[in-house]
Amino acid sequence: MKTLLDDNKGARHLLMGNQAIARGALEAGVSVAAGYPGTPSSEIIENLADISKDRNLYVEWSTNEKVAMEVAAAASYSELRSMCVLKQNGVNVASDFFLHLAGAGTRGGMLVVPCDDPGALSSINEGESRHFARQLEIPLLEPGDFQEAKDITKWAFELSEAINSVVMVRSVTRLSHGSGNVTYGTLPQDKPEARFKHDGFILDEKEGIVTSAPVAYKHALQQQKLKVATEMFEIAPFNTYTGPEKPELLIITCSACNLYSKEAIEILGLEDRVGLLKMATTWPLPPKFMEKYLSICDNILIVEEVIPFLEENIKILAAELAPKIGVKNFHGKRDGMIPSVGELNPDLVIDPLVKLLGLEYNAIDTAYAEKATQTAFFGAPNRDMTFCPGCPHRASFWSINQVLTMDGREGFVCGDIGCYSMATMPTGFSTVKTMHAMGSGTGIASGFGQMEQFGMDQPVLAVSGDSTFFHSVIPALINAAHHQSDITLVVLDNSGTAMTGFQPHPGLKVDAQGDEAISIDIKAVCESLGAEVRECDPFDFDTTQQHLFELIEKKAGLKVLIMKQACALSPQKKGFKMFDMLVDDNKCLGESCGCDRFCTRIFRCPGLIWNKEKGKSQIDEAICTGCGICTAICPEQAISKTEVAA
Amino acid sequence: MTNQIELKTDPYNLIITGVGGQGNVLASRMIGNMLSGKGLFVTIGETFGASQRGGSVMSHLRISAKSSYSPQIAKGQAHMIVAMEPTEAIRVMATYGNPDVAVLCNTRPIQSVGVIAGEVNYPSLDEIRQMVNELSASSWFINATDTAMEEMGNPIFGNIMLLGALAATGELPLPRDEFESVISRDMSADKVETNLKAYDMGMEMIGGAA
Repeated sequence: MKTLLDDNKGARHLLMGNQAIARGALEAGVSVAAGYPGTPSSEIIENLADISKDRNLYVEWSTNEKVAMEVAAAASYSELRSMCVLKQNGVNVASDFFLHLAGAGTRGGMLVVPCDDPGALSSINEGESRHFARQLEIPLLEPGDFQEAKDITKWAFELSEAINSVVMVRSVTRLSHGSGNVTYGTLPQDKPEARFKHDGFILDEKEGIVTSAPVAYKHALQQQKLKVATEMFEIAPFNTYTGPEKPELLIITCSACNLYSKEAIEILGLEDRVGLLKMATTWPLPPKFMEKYLSICDNILIVEEVIPFLEENIKILAAELAPKIGVKNFHGKRDGMIPSVGELNPDLVIDPLVKLLGLEYNAIDTAYAEKATQTAFFGAPNRDMTFCPGCPHRASFWSINQVLTMDGREGFVCGDIGCYSMATMPTGFSTVKTMHAMGSGTGIASGFGQMEQFGMDQPVLAVSGDSTFFHSVIPALINAAHHQSDITLVVLDNSGTAMTGFQPHPGLKVDAQGDEAISIDIKAVCESLGAEVRECDPFDFDTTQQHLFELIEKKAGLKVLIMKQACALSPQKKGFKMFDMLVDDNKCLGESCGCDRFCTRIFRCPGLIWNKEKGKSQIDEAICTGCGICTAICPEQAISKTEVAA
Repeated sequence: MTNQIELKTDPYNLIITGVGGQGNVLASRMIGNMLSGKGLFVTIGETFGASQRGGSVMSHLRISAKSSYSPQIAKGQAHMIVAMEPTEAIRVMATYGNPDVAVLCNTRPIQSVGVIAGEVNYPSLDEIRQMVNELSASSWFINATDTAMEEMGNPIFGNIMLLGALAATGELPLPRDEFESVISRDMSADKVETNLKAYDMGMEMIGGAA
């Protein structure tokens, strides 16, 4: 039986934080969940999609996060429980609708669940979604461990329905992707029915029209809801204190930092000296609860990741409460005790504890540490990120790079987010020169395409993944078409949302639940804009490069080249070899070849390695996926491929 | 939940390291499920996404009979390092190693792109052994990937051999029947058989009873 469907109350499972959130939503009776893939959030929707048939859910990967939030909102307006799941960048994408959603109110319980990525482990920024809760005036909850990830998700639905407002439950990478023991509650048996009531009194939140106007009335109502939420937060079971009655130092923390703080206290043996106040209801902070604990100690260390959100909100409360609680010494991000960037860990909580309490602590014996660091310097060669063996992007950027180099006009490529972001690095031959938000490559190219008026004569290219094309490239492409920007868009169509684990997108014939879907043809969309569109297989270097040459030669208008080849990790390719590859030792001239190790020095596929003893290149059988493209790059034709019998 | 299991040390901190794409996440989940199935508290810390693409990856397993721990191990506090790729053991020891640490190491190298391009040197296996031995209290080296490719036709079984070998070290309670019960949840009978074979081969590789 599927782990998430275990209906034994008290059953204990090892769950990933994202699974715990999904289970919490199930225990709350969620009916609809929508999102757009983004690490570290993706597994919530994936897990719910996986059991959607068993629990009569509707789960979708939406075109982008704004649409996902709108889809989830519709379910709430139909009196169902729903959630929208996204990563921190996705909250920005959805934020326009999010503001309306907050103002208009909700009916069925609705959660927005952002998973932030402190330290940008799988992101290109350390975006922070918590400030949206304050800005949009909605309640915010942050689970402090894996059990809470489930329990708080469930409770948040009740809160949402108690105040008719969307509620934010925020996770971070180490919770979402970490795993811990979670004890189950029960799954509800009722079958919710959808009905959208819209004929009631215009200001009736449950039966009138749904909108944030009249603004003054709705805004005041929203703040009233926040007051009710604050009262509920005063007695919420998730804010906990552990430690002595009068500690020397009080740590106030939230989210994964709760676990780091707990551990730092244990490692230093400070259980009798340091108190730990773990806050789960981080916006708005419950003032009476806070007053109680701010009164037990004058020295306070606030431990959190990314922006000093908790710290600032505590300081505002402390200022208001000063006549009752007195003046406090605060430490945290603003005085540098806690690093202002990057994710935290137990050591980064140990550091300020040692400083503030005047302790001695040596994590590793000095002599050992020195030796180990030195040994790693020589013994553990750096591992730069790379396109996977068999990745079509390596082939695509090889061709783009070759063509731009031969063209000689200093053409360049504007890119954005996806595996192809790595084309800013040597693995993509450093071909991509701008990298921002999803779809930005095409928008920026659209602007570069207008620079001819000011004398710019460089060819302008943009690249986009297939999922990104639907997510946010289309408006930029329409802009380029309408304003006749002379650009070439290369769509790297690898048949899925590869970076995040191969979720389906609108270009495919299947949806998140595994049902048949209408696929939207990228070529037809581009042609409808009047673009010249061509398609090719990037594994065919000659044809690909010929197309590219011709397209960038043409001065005027919008050109699109769709490079189609499935991701090497895609279900249809993973584990299947197309070719057995071989480097012929008699043909490979090794060090003495004039190519100067062209195949390994420049092409850098992890499956094609250098054999130091022989002084020749060699296929790494454990790594090579047999895509066969390296046959084309050896000047001596030393690399050969043999088709693997099906 | 209380239980009778006594760990060598509590919490026991295990690091599984390797290169993105080797199967780190799956291996750590298997071990986690086996230990959680015995009633122990298990926390696994890992990241995947960008780091998966050929970079160094690490899973932190925190195992305790008493309570749950953070998904990140503090500096110098690893008790056991299982390396699917030999130089990754050395990288991990620089941050999490200590004179008492144990290391179980797969010997098959994966050249990083820097090595492939000739920008950095990859140490010889003898050098790696020496470095690992100098920084650890005990170590085991097994040729899991090559054996898996030669005898089972797929390098991925090397991970199961490492798991069997880890069980044979006696560092953690990872009995064969628990392994069987965990893999039986998601695998067909013939796949369970093959995986059990790999587990047994791993045990034998470091002299454990199959």
